[in-house]
Amino acid sequence: MSATGIGAAVRRKEDIRFITGKGQYTDDVIRPGETRAVFVRSPHARAKIKRIDTAAAKAMPGVVGVLTGAELAADKVGGLICGWMIHSKDGSPMKMAPHPALAAETVNHVGDAVAVVIAETQAQARDAAEKVKVDYELLPAVSDPAKAKNGPQIHGVAPKNTIYEWSLGDAKAVDSAFAAAKHVTKLDIVNNRLVPNAIEPRAALAEYDSGTDQLTLWNTSQNPHVARLVISAFVGIAPEHKLRVIAPDVGGGFGSKIFIYPEEVVCLWAARKVKRPVKWTAERHESFVTDAHGRDHITHAELALDEHGKILGLRAKTIANLGAYMSTFSSSVPTYLYATLLSGQYDIPQIYCEVDAVYTNTVPVDAYRGAGRPEATFVVERLVEVAAREMGIDPADIRKRNFIKAFPHQTPVIMAYDAGDYNASLKKAMDLADVKGFNKRKRESARHGKLRGLGYSTYIEACGIAPSQAVGSLGAGVGLWESAEVRVNPTGSVEVLTGSHAHGQGHETTFAQLVSERLGIPFENVSIVHGDTDKVQFGMGTYGSRSGAVGMSAIVKALDKVEAKAKKVAAHMLEAAEGDIEFKDGKFTVAGTDKSAAFGDVALNAYIAHKFSGQELEPGLKETSFYDPTNFTFPAGCHICEVEVDTETGKTEIVNWTAVDDFGTVINPMIVEGQVHGGIAQGVGQALLEGVVYDKDGQLVTGSLMDYTMPRAHDLPSFKVGTTETKSPSNPLGIKGCGEAGAIAAPAAVINAITDAIGSEALTMPATANTVWTALQRAKPRAAA
Amino acid sequence: MYDFTFHRPTTVRQAAGLLARNPEAKLLAGGHSLLPVMKQRLAQPSALIDLSLIDGLDTIEQKGRAVVIGAMARHADVAKSPVVIAAMPGLASVPGSVGDPQVRNRGTIGGSIANNDPNADYPAAVLGLGATIITNKRRIAADDFFQGMYTTALEDGEIIVKVSFPVAKKAAYEKFKHPASGFALVGVFVSKRGSDIRVAVTGAGSNGVFRVKSFEEALKKRFAAKSLEGMSIPATGMNADIHASAEYRAHLVGVLARRAVAKATA
Ligand SMILES: Cc1cc2nc3c(=O)[nH]c(=O)nc-3n(C[C@H](O)[C@H](O)[C@H](O)COP(=O)(O)OP(=O)(O)OC[C@H]3O[C@@H](n4cnc5c(N)ncnc54)[C@H](O)[C@@H]3O)c2cc1C
Repeated sequence: MSATGIGAAVRRKEDIRFITGKGQYTDDVIRPGETRAVFVRSPHARAKIKRIDTAAAKAMPGVVGVLTGAELAADKVGGLICGWMIHSKDGSPMKMAPHPALAAETVNHVGDAVAVVIAETQAQARDAAEKVKVDYELLPAVSDPAKAKNGPQIHGVAPKNTIYEWSLGDAKAVDSAFAAAKHVTKLDIVNNRLVPNAIEPRAALAEYDSGTDQLTLWNTSQNPHVARLVISAFVGIAPEHKLRVIAPDVGGGFGSKIFIYPEEVVCLWAARKVKRPVKWTAERHESFVTDAHGRDHITHAELALDEHGKILGLRAKTIANLGAYMSTFSSSVPTYLYATLLSGQYDIPQIYCEVDAVYTNTVPVDAYRGAGRPEATFVVERLVEVAAREMGIDPADIRKRNFIKAFPHQTPVIMAYDAGDYNASLKKAMDLADVKGFNKRKRESARHGKLRGLGYSTYIEACGIAPSQAVGSLGAGVGLWESAEVRVNPTGSVEVLTGSHAHGQGHETTFAQLVSERLGIPFENVSIVHGDTDKVQFGMGTYGSRSGAVGMSAIVKALDKVEAKAKKVAAHMLEAAEGDIEFKDGKFTVAGTDKSAAFGDVALNAYIAHKFSGQELEPGLKETSFYDPTNFTFPAGCHICEVEVDTETGKTEIVNWTAVDDFGTVINPMIVEGQVHGGIAQGVGQALLEGVVYDKDGQLVTGSLMDYTMPRAHDLPSFKVGTTETKSPSNPLGIKGCGEAGAIAAPAAVINAITDAIGSEALTMPATANTVWTALQRAKPRAAA
Repeated sequence: MYDFTFHRPTTVRQAAGLLARNPEAKLLAGGHSLLPVMKQRLAQPSALIDLSLIDGLDTIEQKGRAVVIGAMARHADVAKSPVVIAAMPGLASVPGSVGDPQVRNRGTIGGSIANNDPNADYPAAVLGLGATIITNKRRIAADDFFQGMYTTALEDGEIIVKVSFPVAKKAAYEKFKHPASGFALVGVFVSKRGSDIRVAVTGAGSNGVFRVKSFEEALKKRFAAKSLEGMSIPATGMNADIHASAEYRAHLVGVLARRAVAKATA
């Protein structure tokens, strides 16, 4: 391993830029003559727009334009779409309601945009926005997904507010498994709704060049090419070749910046109308009511076991709240990213899952770090833990009894796990966590009036989200490969143009490590280019922990081609047969001789082309690859959480955290550890702190950081992090992906630990002090009895 | 934020004059309560009168049997003031528990008690020690000062100049933080100064900071945590919101009072 190659904990190249304030985020981009947009948003969860009076706003100082949904419709700007088709059990397609970028007839959630004010300055736009008079006729709203089916119908296309009633698995076979069971564990679970809260709020800046008829959009996007594709093909703002989308530095996404949002569409449309660049940057309160939220499931789940604790079957019925409109990939999250993971790490013969997706008058819900897989893990890991407690089996033992041990393993819910060693990660985690010493620590806590608990989460996830053929057969509207272009410059430095997008992951470092190792050139001589549709050939972007497994694999394929071509050049330079050229440590050598050429010389020769004729070989050294994997990847591992609960206040303190993950090949252990830390923090946030509350009228109660609790450093212990490694056989590097693991594993580990401590399973997330205290009050009589 | 004019007087007198001439004006101390609501456009003062250039408004000193803190003393300065720590570490811990470092380095005692946020920390200490609020016009006893959420005895044009805290032999503050905001979900300040025993509660009551007479009576018999064993207060009149039910807040008042007494007597 070289100091900067694969496996080295290289410091992140991009951090100097970020921590010295030199990042270029969308809001930092300033175009000549740019204007500021402020949106007028609905304060109501559901209402009819009777009239919008913009006259007073238009007369305000500095106003350049005030535009409404009626004008958007008149200009035939298309609505936003959901790009993953799901069919109901009865074969009918999902009920996708129209989603105009500016509402013209009805508003369907607090924050739904009805008009945009464009002015010379932000303050002027805000002043004028207050003067837009919207006459609303209030309509009854429904915010609780459990009540959606009986609530007022939100969209004409969706009776009973039902988007689809989908199922996966063999219901009959599962019924017989349950009939044969010795023990059945039942749980009712609410997977709480979350606000992503990336540190950089969403922003868009659109510019129109009438000379070339070209539109450019700077945008906080995780996937600029997909944004361009959807905006041109479905929204119809501009043909693809006349639209450039640039996602410059992006400050966190967690999924919320995958989607195509109304604001960027409106900025593009408005830029052409007002003939000036138009910029919008969300304020935090706007982020709360417009960024796609995450999770929001209500589930009843059951686990059937034989007398030895061997799992016979699992069934689940889930209501998934998709909010007021179907966001870009919303339909896939509670279906193919959720039910397909209900086998966990276990050999479960039969699984059946029903999912009803519903509309409510709330912000749209879509993928958020983990997307479906945290929900699945929570169901499986809670069921297994509770089953163990009910049956008096040690929770680690019940897991071992049911682990999948032979690979490949076909689950009853589509997925074919290709590699893993679940016993290894469990064992290593138990050692690191000193599970043996737990009882002693528990007694010690009791002496201080505290309850101590231990919770496991042996999670699995499916990353990469591929191959394209497979996801296409499941309803995806796009292919999920990735592309790369490796440009070797005449001086031997290298630029990699990748379709992956970094918004905190550190690709500029890890991708450069790969290239440095493969080409034997200094790490500093490699730069990574991403996020610009004019530069990068195409790309599917970054989400689902796919940049390593898919994005880097594309780079590997392009590097293979570069090497092959460079060998041809070297053969001419060294006057040897191509087959005799070997490449190692940045040097091309004629096998068995001391004749060699350095990588830089070969690059130069490829361009000056003096040593070969154009008939024999094309000059240049630049290769492209589009890589489609053979399967998902299956990162898995074991997290163990240990808590202490203050019985008087109900406050939970996480006192120990152990994470042992199998991510396959690790390119940069420091970055991977950082991803694990961040993921756990978000998972702990879900378990202990975060939770969106809407009142019954659809008003967002947790609409700011003063009411919505984000995890902070003092909420977390120092993590013990370890890895085990089984390589993924589905991509050339053996990478599995690490970006979501923590967020997937953590909630179940925390709740398993607290319920262990308090001796009651009746605990909802977020397990705030008040919630735990209430559970303790209820548990007390039981304990006393 | 809407437009406003900005004044920077150098004496309390000038400040009072400006305030009298601009009825829509607001005093600006640390700005950590005022500026956020202005940014949200929920407050629209015509002018801000910044108190930060007035000399001597941020002094912290021991005067006889009292610790006197200037209105513009920042939370961070009070928290680490040797004078306060020597006299009453329990008092120093109150501003020390406020928000985060940024807030503590800007926020002031004058702004905090003038604002009288029902979840603010200082009101518990001011009431819990029976402090005296000294304004440019008069002296107001803590028991008369706080008049319900965001409401105080301050009259138009009245400026807090300093707060005088009698030194209590035993004093401590216990705070249960609001998980999101860091304010007091419930905070209890207890003190014993001779026979004067006070238990003041912030965060819990729907009408702002209040004293718990039943606890005070119990502590008069013996100032020890044991005296409060099994005691609680009724849930009626407690705040209830998504973060804590009224019952839970009432319960916490008992728990925190016991812990505060234990701390004060440790
Ligand atoms: C993120 C955050 C977290 C916070 N956490 C906490 C917390 O945990 N606990 C807590 O107690 N507080 C907390 N605060 C509030 C903080 O302590 C404020 O600074 C304080 O409440 C107000 O003081 P200020 O100096 O900032 O006053 P300002 O915001 O400047 O003024 C507040 C009000 O008081 C008036 N005023 C100011 N000075 C005087 C004076 N001398 N005489 C008369 N009227 C005056 C002003 O006109 C205004 O109406 C938090 C604030 C923020 C932003």
